[in-house]
Amino acid sequence: MHNSMRCLPALSAILCSGALLLTSCQPSKPSVKIGINAELTGEMPAVGASCKQAAELFAEQVNKAGGLSVGTEKLPIKLSVVDNSCKADQSAAAAQRLISQDGVLVMVGPDASSCAIPAGEIAEALGCLMISPWSTNPKTTVDSTTGKTKKNVFRACFTDRFESPVLAAFATKNLHAKTAAVLYDVSSEAPTSQSALFKEAFEKAGGKVVAMETYTTGDRDFSAQLTKIRETAPDIIYLPAPYNDTPLIAAQARQLGIKAPFLGSDAWSSPDIIKLDAGKNLEGSYFCNHYSTESPNPKAKQFIADYKARYRNAPDDVAALTYDAMTLAANSIAAAGKTDRTAVRDAMASIRSFDGVTGHFVYPEGAREPAKSAVIMQIKDGGFHWVSTVEP
Amino acid sequence: MKYLAQQTINALQLGSIYALIALGYSMVYGVLTMINFAHGDVFMLGAFFCLLLIAIVPLPFWLALIVVMGATALLGTLIERFAYRPLRNAPRVSAIITALGCGLVIQNTTLGISPYARPMPHLLDNTTYQFGGLTITTLQMIIIGISVALMVALDFLIRKTSFGMAMRAISSDRATVPLLGIPANRVIAITFALGAALGGAAGLLYGMAYPVVSAAMGISVGWKAFVAAVIGGIGNMRGAVLGAFLLGGVEVMTVAVLPSTYRDLISYSLLLLILIFKPHGLLGKPTLQKA
Repeated sequence: MHNSMRCLPALSAILCSGALLLTSCQPSKPSVKIGINAELTGEMPAVGASCKQAAELFAEQVNKAGGLSVGTEKLPIKLSVVDNSCKADQSAAAAQRLISQDGVLVMVGPDASSCAIPAGEIAEALGCLMISPWSTNPKTTVDSTTGKTKKNVFRACFTDRFESPVLAAFATKNLHAKTAAVLYDVSSEAPTSQSALFKEAFEKAGGKVVAMETYTTGDRDFSAQLTKIRETAPDIIYLPAPYNDTPLIAAQARQLGIKAPFLGSDAWSSPDIIKLDAGKNLEGSYFCNHYSTESPNPKAKQFIADYKARYRNAPDDVAALTYDAMTLAANSIAAAGKTDRTAVRDAMASIRSFDGVTGHFVYPEGAREPAKSAVIMQIKDGGFHWVSTVEP
Repeated sequence: MKYLAQQTINALQLGSIYALIALGYSMVYGVLTMINFAHGDVFMLGAFFCLLLIAIVPLPFWLALIVVMGATALLGTLIERFAYRPLRNAPRVSAIITALGCGLVIQNTTLGISPYARPMPHLLDNTTYQFGGLTITTLQMIIIGISVALMVALDFLIRKTSFGMAMRAISSDRATVPLLGIPANRVIAITFALGAALGGAAGLLYGMAYPVVSAAMGISVGWKAFVAAVIGGIGNMRGAVLGAFLLGGVEVMTVAVLPSTYRDLISYSLLLLILIFKPHGLLGKPTLQKA
């Protein structure tokens, strides 16, 4: 008697979970499955949060309007969101899971290049369309073994080949910089390619890069590298660091008495950078971005208003690019007219131009990345302010 | 010359923080011959306790330091009482796994409560002083000053007081000490409290020097401090301090004179070389392992 009483809770738990399994196994209504491979935890959680929120906003809007037209019927969008912990191995695992287990039609993400490169290899091997909203490293869309353009991997942003020269030109023409120092994370993909391309473009424009210093992910003490940079007295310091490292580097640089202005990459674009910069050391710094919340584009205005109404904060560039990537994915599925991976991929490859939240996209024949404009933003009075727009 | 002097100041700041954490590893190893892997996360909590405290009551720096040290000391004692003491006579592997588990629990709880990195508010007026091209800030002087003061106080406690004598006695023979009427459990608990308090102080100072705190910061800094403790001879307090300043110095100086890309490769190769020639660390004494 005593024994059987003890078994009761365990037994009921087993029964309950069995019931749950049964309900979840029931044939679900047909839907369009889109996978989100996002950096929800790890080095840059704000990036993953923006990606997830924008994707959910898009799916909600489409579903509220009756769903996505596929062939003759209207199907709701169903999202599968998986965390990649901002790590290369886990991004590949997340891609594997989304494509082979959850059976998604398109994968949106990852955002960070260090994650998008390995996830892209999986998407390519399994023949599933992947659209990275934010990965700017040229390697993301290139097959690592053959060196050819990948068939299934696209992106919604420009690459470092466009971004870094834009920044270098801004530094030499607008800031009249003759010398520059660079400090970057050598173990991360986007900063490494951005630094090399910046150096190339800056020196082509007649400037001189006087210091190329590195650190590795997770470092918090930059005093040795910054002291070295101080010796070279550069006109500007280029920091292609993520939003959470940058305030630390800036604080330590100012403590050492370095007064040169900072220049940053699109990885600065999370508003968290201003929250974390308690000492206001980044005031007056410039960075290159994908879009501005001050944009006059009606699509952007509508998106910003919807996003603010839903989440109560302004969307950063990751959110805007994710929304564009989701629109591209939905357009490809609608154009394909059926829920077939190859047809959807081919539909994406035949999109030549597209008007999105982040501007006008032109995909040249065979290209995996759009030619589109970049903006230069300045951190001023606790906010991001638009400075100029650079067309491709 | 001026350049090297500036880099020396950088190395001293980094070394003093490593030293405060390394002491915690070394003290616990000294009394229990066990590596307290949760210590890096106690260090991280030091910074978070300070954030929490400042958000509730804006205390001045000194009071915040004392409260944070008290809170981490309490946490250290609790970890010892509920996680380690029940396993004191269990196989050593179990104790190590428990320690790793405690660290993960602390880290993931913090991550659950605060998944985002947070800015550390200013607790002090940070003035930058210039001496013929050298810059040193109030904060750097305070960090180095407090660390040295705490280390000297600990050294005095261990070498000159009866509590220190009891600690050293437990370290040399844990089985016999209780027979002499020394409350071994209490001494061990106090040792944990002291180690955790130093870790908490380091967390607060580190958060002020590098003013973005996140739940993951305990890992890399904690590991480095552990390496420092081993280099100096784990179990030996002066060794831990020596190892920490050596590690800070090697890290900063390799960047100062060589390309920064090779920093970890060169600094850790050098430290491995030390261990090849001094397997017990710089000040550690070879001991016979009891079977």
